[in-house]
Amino acid sequence: MTAKIAYDEVEAGTELPAQTFPVTRATLVRYAGASGDFNPIHWNEKFAREVGLPDVIAHGMFTMAEAIRVVTDWAGDPAAVVEYGVRFTKPVVVPNDDEGAVIEVSAKVAAKLDDGRVRVDLTATSAGQKVLGMSRAVVKLA
Amino acid sequence: MALDQSFVGRTYPPTAPYEVGREKIREFAEAIGDANPAYTDQEAAKALGHPDVVAPPTFVFAITFKAAGQVVEDPQLGLDYSRVVHGDQKFAYTRPVRAGDRLSVTSTIEAIKSLAGNDILDIRGEVHDESGEHVVTAWTKLVARAPEEA
Repeated sequence: MTAKIAYDEVEAGTELPAQTFPVTRATLVRYAGASGDFNPIHWNEKFAREVGLPDVIAHGMFTMAEAIRVVTDWAGDPAAVVEYGVRFTKPVVVPNDDEGAVIEVSAKVAAKLDDGRVRVDLTATSAGQKVLGMSRAVVKLA
Repeated sequence: MALDQSFVGRTYPPTAPYEVGREKIREFAEAIGDANPAYTDQEAAKALGHPDVVAPPTFVFAITFKAAGQVVEDPQLGLDYSRVVHGDQKFAYTRPVRAGDRLSVTSTIEAIKSLAGNDILDIRGEVHDESGEHVVTAWTKLVARAPEEA
């Protein structure tokens, strides 16, 4: 494991470079295939509405996968992430148009832990709504 | 109807090994749009100290969730899966999942709660490789929403 960020270079409050991730219906179909999650709420508008959703929604695990990219891109080595957890608070609604939705992710070092590790808190929003809660990673730095 | 509390602590048999393929990792990385070379380029992964390409942090969910199917579909537990949503997800890694791993999952029901008519089920999946070494633990909280009044 070889993170490119040194523990001594960061402090509580250090912000990671924020990123935005577009998501369209095509993205969701592709993620369904790659992940094996074919729940129709992620691709079938009629079905989604029948179960009370406003429209097709992104897989929660897709949003979780995008959010941690802010940390893995920062740390360089994905194996630097030793813990990662989220709460799925609101769905990412994905309309059937060329634009789809956007997930905006920011993150900052919340605390320095022992053994070269830091806790990073993530914030993920879409259409102004917080889509992940309690979103935290423990990251082992160099 | 509330789920039977006596299922708390129940552990299901380990799953048959899932073999992690390089191309499956590539497919997953492309699906999340992540161009990190550690997922697709063996040399880049080796430069980071890994014996082969590694999987993105959430990749293992596909394996642990399939394993959790033993719990979710246990007719004795009687969970109404058509009403289930994913509440929380957490992973703790001993090492990253990598190509060539043969992973087996042991699922345990950690908690069952009933809140405002919703059934809340916490499942822990312990993932081990072929040599029995721990790779990652996945905690999945599922919420079965209360049926609407007819």
